[in-house]
Amino acid sequence: MAKKGWDEFEIGAMLRTFDGKIDDIAGTRQEDREYSQNSSYTASVADWRLIKPVFNKDYCIDCQFCWIYCPDVSIISRDKKLIGVDMDHCKGCGICVEVCPTNPKSLLMFPEQADEETEIANWPKKDEEEA
Amino acid sequence: MAFDKMELRDIEVWDGNFAAAQALRQSQVDVVAAYPITPSTPIVEGYAKFTSDGYVEGEFVMVESEHAAMSACIGAAAAGGRVATATSSQGFALMVETLYQASGMRLPIVLNVVNRALAAPLNVNGDHSDMYLGRDSGWIQLDAYCPQDAYDLNFVAFRVSEDHDVRLPCMVHQDGFMTSHTAQGVHTLTDDKAYGFVGDFKPMNDMLDFEHPVTHGVQTEEDWHFEHKARQHNDLMTKVMPKIQAAFDDFEKLSGRKYNIVEKYDMDDADVCVVCLGTSVETAREVATEMRAEGIKAGVVGIRVIRPFPFLEIAEALKGVKAIAALDRSSPNGTVGMLFNEIAGSLFNTDTKAMLSGYVYGLGGRDLTKAHLVALFKELQANIDAGKVTTPLQQFIGVRGPKLAYL
Ligand code: SF4
Ligand code: SF4
Repeated sequence: MAKKGWDEFEIGAMLRTFDGKIDDIAGTRQEDREYSQNSSYTASVADWRLIKPVFNKDYCIDCQFCWIYCPDVSIISRDKKLIGVDMDHCKGCGICVEVCPTNPKSLLMFPEQADEETEIANWPKKDEEEA
Repeated sequence: MAFDKMELRDIEVWDGNFAAAQALRQSQVDVVAAYPITPSTPIVEGYAKFTSDGYVEGEFVMVESEHAAMSACIGAAAAGGRVATATSSQGFALMVETLYQASGMRLPIVLNVVNRALAAPLNVNGDHSDMYLGRDSGWIQLDAYCPQDAYDLNFVAFRVSEDHDVRLPCMVHQDGFMTSHTAQGVHTLTDDKAYGFVGDFKPMNDMLDFEHPVTHGVQTEEDWHFEHKARQHNDLMTKVMPKIQAAFDDFEKLSGRKYNIVEKYDMDDADVCVVCLGTSVETAREVATEMRAEGIKAGVVGIRVIRPFPFLEIAEALKGVKAIAALDRSSPNGTVGMLFNEIAGSLFNTDTKAMLSGYVYGLGGRDLTKAHLVALFKELQANIDAGKVTTPLQQFIGVRGPKLAYL
């Protein structure tokens, strides 16, 4: 798509969320929304990331904490069930891991190059509460 | 409307701060977020009192710093309201980071800047260092020379700033203490006339419009940042001056008071002239008149609009002049003064080949006296008589100790 010139977009570094009209934002899947051309939806921040969150659904209680806290709306949730992380928009801040309440945590940060299956296979065990 | 009108006499004795506060009241500002700082404090105090007494239907937001004050103003403006505040000096310096947000987000905020020196050393008195500090921040900057201007220019500021073709924030400058705390007779407008001139606030992309959600203050990186800045610069360079001129013209129809982007005084046949800002303009005018009695053809150019800089109007005003003095009331710290620079830029590719010298004066509230200006006009005339610049390019007026001059 040809990029717009300085005189073609709206003033104020202001973005309309969607090009088309969407009546039911909550019920429309992320991938089905008509994001505007220069919206950050099309801009990957994956190359900022040094560590990545890995999601282990065995422990997840679908509390949605990570979903609401993620500053980049990168946790993908369908019908209140956690599916995974949008790795194009996750910048690796670790907030999702911080807020995850399960024991052991259902999300943990690993080096960017870590192999996901290995990490899930070696997932930490439950922390014993201190007496 | 749920607020009371105020009966004003045709002429009220107001200082610059109270005049500005009255203008905010008459413009019915929705949100003022402010932190007190000398000498601008009485502007927001005045507005706060008008609000608590039921003369404005707005919100007065108390914050913990000037950075927060402008941040709150930005939020309120993005939410879709008429917004204003006031500051000076160190407080202005603390705001600078947010000033770029306001202009980049194209939010129409009016900021009254009561000009004051920047520390160190600490000083509450007037000079233009803070005015100059903000001059690349993308705001429109208007300059008042007296309390009357401080009143009138606020109305012009709202009108231009909120215009949907412009949508850029605007500062109204006045000289600390000399304008802000000196009471003079100020010709007033009735509440209805004043509000009629400013007009109802028309929001644009406001965040409180839930039907049309938008994101303000987005990230752009190398992909879009340059385009946004280019557009902002283009709008300043091409759209603002005509709007200011139109507002000045309408204001004259309303009030009988005429403002110009560049204020020429005795410039028709002037050989020597002084270009300056703020209260110095009035002093320079008086001295120019006296110089004429002594046979020196003196004139004064006062600059009313500092940003966007009126390059064309300056070049026009200075046509035919033989010697020009640019007076900068700020510490240029390592270069020539801003006015010197920009006047040189205005004239460089024109036929005017006048001699131009720069003077630094009045830092930290030091007086610029008539005697200083008499000597200055004579120096310019001496340059003309000699046929060449005999004085250094940069000189200092009224500083104690051995004479300071450079270049
Ligand atoms: S690491 Fe940060 S950006 Fe990535 S999913 Fe977690 S909260 Fe979101
Ligand atoms: S915070 Fe943890 S438990 Fe809650 S939904 Fe997210 S991953 Fe699952």
